[in-house]
Amino acid sequence: MDNKSQYKLHHMHGGMRLEGYKAESMGQPLQQATLAEQLILPLKQHIGETNKPLVSPGDRVLRGQLIADSSSPISAAIHAPTSGKIREIAPHPVPHPSGQSSDCIVIDVDGKDECLESAAVDPASLSVVDLIARIRDAGIVGLGGAVFPTAAKLSRAQSQGIDTLVINGVECEPYISCDDILMQTYSDEILRGIGYLQQIFKPKSTLIGIENDKPKAIQSMQLALDSNPLANTRIVMIPTLYPSGGEKQLIQILTGREIPKGKLAFDIGMFCQNVGTCVAISRALDQDEALTSRIVTLSGDAIRQPGNWEARLGTPVRHLVELAGGYLDDQAHRHLVMGGPMMGFTLPSDRAPIVKASNNILVMHQQTFAQRLDNHDECVRCARCTDVCPAQLLPQQLYWHARARTYDKVEEYSLFDCIECGCCSAVCPSEIPLVQYYRAAKSEIRAAQQAQFKSDRARIRFEFREKRLLLKKQQDEERKRLKREALKKKQPQKLNGDSTVDPVQAALERVKAKKQALEGTQTLKNTTNLTPDQQQKIEQADARRRAAREQRT
Amino acid sequence: MTQVVISSPFVSPSNSLRRLMINVIIGLLPGTLAYVWFFGVGVLINITLAVIFALGFEAAILKLRNKPVKSHLNDYSAVVAAWLFALCLPMHSPWWLVAVGIGFTMIAGKHLYGGLGFNPFNPAMVGYVVLLISFPREMTTWYLPIEISGESIGFFDAIAYAFGLADIQQWDALSSATPLDQFKTLSGQNIPISEIRQSPVFGNFIAFGWEWIAGGWLVGGLWLLYTRTIKWHIPVTVLVSTSFIALVFYLSAPDTIASPLFHLFSGSILIGAFFIATDPVTAATTDKGRVVYGFLIGFLVYVIRSWGGYPDGIAFAVLLANMCVPLIDYYTQPRVYGADTQGKDE
Repeated sequence: MDNKSQYKLHHMHGGMRLEGYKAESMGQPLQQATLAEQLILPLKQHIGETNKPLVSPGDRVLRGQLIADSSSPISAAIHAPTSGKIREIAPHPVPHPSGQSSDCIVIDVDGKDECLESAAVDPASLSVVDLIARIRDAGIVGLGGAVFPTAAKLSRAQSQGIDTLVINGVECEPYISCDDILMQTYSDEILRGIGYLQQIFKPKSTLIGIENDKPKAIQSMQLALDSNPLANTRIVMIPTLYPSGGEKQLIQILTGREIPKGKLAFDIGMFCQNVGTCVAISRALDQDEALTSRIVTLSGDAIRQPGNWEARLGTPVRHLVELAGGYLDDQAHRHLVMGGPMMGFTLPSDRAPIVKASNNILVMHQQTFAQRLDNHDECVRCARCTDVCPAQLLPQQLYWHARARTYDKVEEYSLFDCIECGCCSAVCPSEIPLVQYYRAAKSEIRAAQQAQFKSDRARIRFEFREKRLLLKKQQDEERKRLKREALKKKQPQKLNGDSTVDPVQAALERVKAKKQALEGTQTLKNTTNLTPDQQQKIEQADARRRAAREQRT
Repeated sequence: MTQVVISSPFVSPSNSLRRLMINVIIGLLPGTLAYVWFFGVGVLINITLAVIFALGFEAAILKLRNKPVKSHLNDYSAVVAAWLFALCLPMHSPWWLVAVGIGFTMIAGKHLYGGLGFNPFNPAMVGYVVLLISFPREMTTWYLPIEISGESIGFFDAIAYAFGLADIQQWDALSSATPLDQFKTLSGQNIPISEIRQSPVFGNFIAFGWEWIAGGWLVGGLWLLYTRTIKWHIPVTVLVSTSFIALVFYLSAPDTIASPLFHLFSGSILIGAFFIATDPVTAATTDKGRVVYGFLIGFLVYVIRSWGGYPDGIAFAVLLANMCVPLIDYYTQPRVYGADTQGKDE
């Protein structure tokens, strides 16, 4: 395919032209971060099931050693990022929007950085299933920020069939430059990773989307592609417009196709993967290397030397900040964010570690984005939010209903199609923190749905129990009725046959005889082929019955 | 170290309500200056009185509602509403007329509904319509442009009159119906346009003085578009729909029916299209909805002017269209990304 010819781009709705602030962190080449004294690895760094630790405190681990895993198909294993001793498995501040702590494996680093022996095989000889299994074993997740387990995505997509592979090198959020520097530094590995994706999917075309504010990355990728051509692969330069790096938006810009509501990209034959993930895939397959490090941008106006570092997962943020020359403002007046300014979240502490999702650490002076949380102005329905919304929602209507907590209306206005890109909040002249309202509404709706689910389940159980009791009662009555009828038929015969016997006396005799028979034997029970255990249980039950009978009489 | 959890986006705001309101005030300047040039200081006294009363009412009612007074006064929305309201009044209105109108604008039109952002009707138009219906004599006493009457009412005389210290009757000779009013009355008597236009109030082009004022609103409107304070949908559709309907009728009887240009450059279509109909709080919010809303206003203005009881119709047209906004918004929702597609090409 001719890469120089003009590629026809498509329109995406809304979006914003944001000041990039990328030059700050692109001033120096990629640096290798030194090893921290301690690495803190949250058991869950992906979307899906939480891992279970496979090591205990005191164990010595080597780099690449599996230390936590889950049997769930949607999960990603965790490997030791360097050699050292497990110190503890305990709750620790982690990078999560909730700001809560969660269980982490803490490794005391011994500084030797010893690796497990690699067991690399030639990936070309591997079947698709084996390729995906190896990617799963390496603990790879989407490194663009979504951290969805890559193997799970690959196997589902592979069974659906993929005709277009979209590689995301857009990186549209301000300040972040980790993918830019990755494309400049590791373009060959990215292309090898793409090669393996092509081996898995055999797509008709592969499009590598890069924003036009990264000319060096485009050049380096183009050079790498020219020297190692891949079939039907081209690099497409797209305009710089936030949030064009969202999967849905990038697919729309490159192909003009929308992912239907409630569907995923592979449902329309598309597969989108971030450039960083491609590098991780190539390392996993070429060198049998698990995902134990990533590139992190440190930027913002309150850090001394912004830049990009390749850091081991689990490295405390504070360690990286020190590598970047330290803070420019004191604790009370700076703000620490993981991710970009548009979609990132506040870090609870700089003791929190770098995780698989950490593309950026933003250190800002607090006054740079002074938010007027509670005393914002009222919405004047100017609809600037509607103009920028990439999901084509009506943010001011959503706000109106979210604030009134009329959640049926909120859902009618497609709240769950909101990608929380933050454009609406950024343009709002009344400075309403719109996305915050949507997040709150979403979590309340989810909580209500869960409560509904629980109460539904309880109701079903209750109704089932009622039904069962009623049925039992009916059966009992039916049995009694049959018995009574049978007795009625019997009695006259007996009376006719032996009239000298007093019927009442006879009945009493019968009852007595029955009682004795019951106490004496257990002939009515199925006691053949029982295990000693069962035998014992039966005896216990009989003992209980006897005791109850004695109590009654 | 623990920090307060604030959620993204962490960016400084790129717009502010105050900035938008200042843009509107700047946009009002050219037309206002032309107005003062042709009709004298009475216009300025109206605006000043209206702004002072508006801020007073706003502050008082905010205080009653236990809302922060200073930050709300600082958003300038009261100033914009008062300014627009004052521009609807005849020059040389008595102070109490301004006070009653602004009272309705701020209290009934705005705060009784919950304040800025919650009012379904354009507050300035509410105040104006209340006056138009309640005080028809005061509201229809207009004056000739200074150049035609040859005499201007001085600043102190105007102030004296505004506060009831002077009798207006001494200037009766200077009063006159507006060109739009005259045209309506005379064409109602089947007098041909060529004859109607003999009156000096029509000047050489459309309507002496008024055409320049309308031009001023147009310039200000372009400024609003340039600064993206408003979008094009409402003004363009208001102007296009009035002109189109006017053109159809004009072509059917060019001797007795006013031309589209006459409709655009006399009266308040241009200020209505750019400044009044575009009030975001009371207008439709979707692009498609704004087109419908604009067409509706343009249509109603022409209907009211041609067959209604009032010479101009922008206030009633805007209020009627305001009523339709919830319906319009509901039926013009944009298609959400990914809805009703089978992933097909654009």
